[in-house]
Amino acid sequence: MSDIATAEARSAEPGPARRPTRTLRRRLASFQPLLWLGPAIALIAFVVIWPIVTMIQTSFQNIDPYGIDIGSAGWSNFTQIFNNPVLPGILVRTLVWVVSAVGLTMLISLGLAALFNQRFPGRRFARWAIIAPWAASVMATALIYRWMLAPDSGVIYLFLHQIGLISHFNEQTPDWLGQPDVAMICMIAVAVFVSLPFTTYVLLAGLQAIPGDIYEAARVDGSSRWYTYRRITLPLLRPAFLVGAVINLMNVFNSFPIIWEMTRGGADYNMATSTVFMYDLKTINIGQSAAMAIINFALVIVIVIVFLRVNRWNNQEAR
Amino acid sequence: MAVRTPARPQASPQSAPARAPRRLPSLKTAIIAAVAYIMAVIFVLPYLEMLITAVRPSNQLYARNYLPTHFAWSNLTDMWGSAYGILSSLRVSIEIALGATILVLLVSLPAAYYTARRRFRGRGLFLILVLATQMLQPVALIIGIYKQFLDVGLLNLNPVWGLILVNGGFNLAFSIWILNAYISSIPVELEEAAMVDGHSRLGAMFRITLPLAMPGIVTALIFTFIAAWNEFISALVLTNGNDSPLTVRIDSFVGAYQIDWQHLFGASVVATIPVFILFALIEGRVVGGLTAGSIK
Repeated sequence: MSDIATAEARSAEPGPARRPTRTLRRRLASFQPLLWLGPAIALIAFVVIWPIVTMIQTSFQNIDPYGIDIGSAGWSNFTQIFNNPVLPGILVRTLVWVVSAVGLTMLISLGLAALFNQRFPGRRFARWAIIAPWAASVMATALIYRWMLAPDSGVIYLFLHQIGLISHFNEQTPDWLGQPDVAMICMIAVAVFVSLPFTTYVLLAGLQAIPGDIYEAARVDGSSRWYTYRRITLPLLRPAFLVGAVINLMNVFNSFPIIWEMTRGGADYNMATSTVFMYDLKTINIGQSAAMAIINFALVIVIVIVFLRVNRWNNQEAR
Repeated sequence: MAVRTPARPQASPQSAPARAPRRLPSLKTAIIAAVAYIMAVIFVLPYLEMLITAVRPSNQLYARNYLPTHFAWSNLTDMWGSAYGILSSLRVSIEIALGATILVLLVSLPAAYYTARRRFRGRGLFLILVLATQMLQPVALIIGIYKQFLDVGLLNLNPVWGLILVNGGFNLAFSIWILNAYISSIPVELEEAAMVDGHSRLGAMFRITLPLAMPGIVTALIFTFIAAWNEFISALVLTNGNDSPLTVRIDSFVGAYQIDWQHLFGASVVATIPVFILFALIEGRVVGGLTAGSIK
């Protein structure tokens, strides 16, 4: 039955009327996409759209810690968040977190992609090795780093002590994850570590899409390697670079497991980004937590738009 | 029209079309290889430390050395005791990952096939909807998901079903993109030829198109399995105790007064090693699915 309808839909689309029953058939055919797309739409509606609606509703509700709805809150959930003294610190930290993690990731990935684009024996295995942090769950990776930074036994301190960068390695060894600023640096390093494989692969795919004859021509012209890279490779890599950067911006902004597993956000949120803050609010006041989630939504959109704007601007200037 | 072989939607990094402009001198190759190997080792070392810690004897847990004097292999056997709950969490992880994978296959295959083969009203709108979900992550919606499940009562019913739905929904986009790209690259003439030979349209789809799209299907399945297996925040919010998958179980070790690092990493080994092997199988094709929506 669906076969007939399909065949009919095809022949009915372009031409004028050929059969008297066409309107009925056509009407049936217009429902056909729903048959194929319906399950996907239903799943998206249940898992994505419904929670968005619920979240918006919740952000205007007054819900006590026991989960009982005490009524409408108006905008008070939002105003309470904006009046919260910890908010400015969290926003600044979030910005530093996103900008430095994504910036370093993009920079290092450019080098890694250039490296792994070269031919050398065993390249396949080396590429397999660098996907490890991508395949593993981020929370497991974060816990490994927490363990490697464990005070007076972590292997990172041990190594730094052996190469002479840390003078003491004993009970007095400083606990890096206990000091907010140093901990942030460590966590940003972990964020870069887990973002590198994906980004490198995106850039590798971009590099391989560049036709080889362009390099041939540059070589004939006698361009130096660095000049070729700067004037040919980088501009042609731009689309892949932008896609990688935008996906990373969203991933790093939304990153929760790294901070959660390494410091749980610290005392008084002094090591929390806005995502961790939102999660933590859930147990205290779910209405405020929903409001924070909506603020995060807006933040992510603003960050991505600013990034794309700045990039277009740079591009025009370069021309 | 000349015979066209189905092109792969995204050049795999393995296929290396970048023709080296000239033969590199061997010393240069050696240096490049050496640097690349060092990078490779840096990426793997943390996971090696995970393995080593998992088999450290408990009295040498905090010893200041890279390797303990001997390995306590018994850590890997006694961690299956019911006190740690790793076995029950492993079962939950498998249920969630398999369930989400099957759900994604059933839902994304018809959608990808139809959008690849037909032009119809609402097609663009549907693809934008899919792209929008790809931009979202469970973390961004977690409060809504939690509240929704609380309201629906799915939380008390069976969190595993809820997590199958959540993981299925958030991995749908990747699957639709990659399958759409594969199916689009298969000439429709092949299907038409099969229909001339007497197959129905569905028969042609099952006998001709789907076998040719198999690499894409396998990639979509493995990717979904891994993503659902590794998923952390919705499982953290929606489950606890024996209902929780491995990621949440591992996290619960951290909440304890004294962190039992050996068994924590024992569980991590169980959670990580299968994923490494699965991921290596699809490594070259994943980027295409993750970036397809944004490039087109």
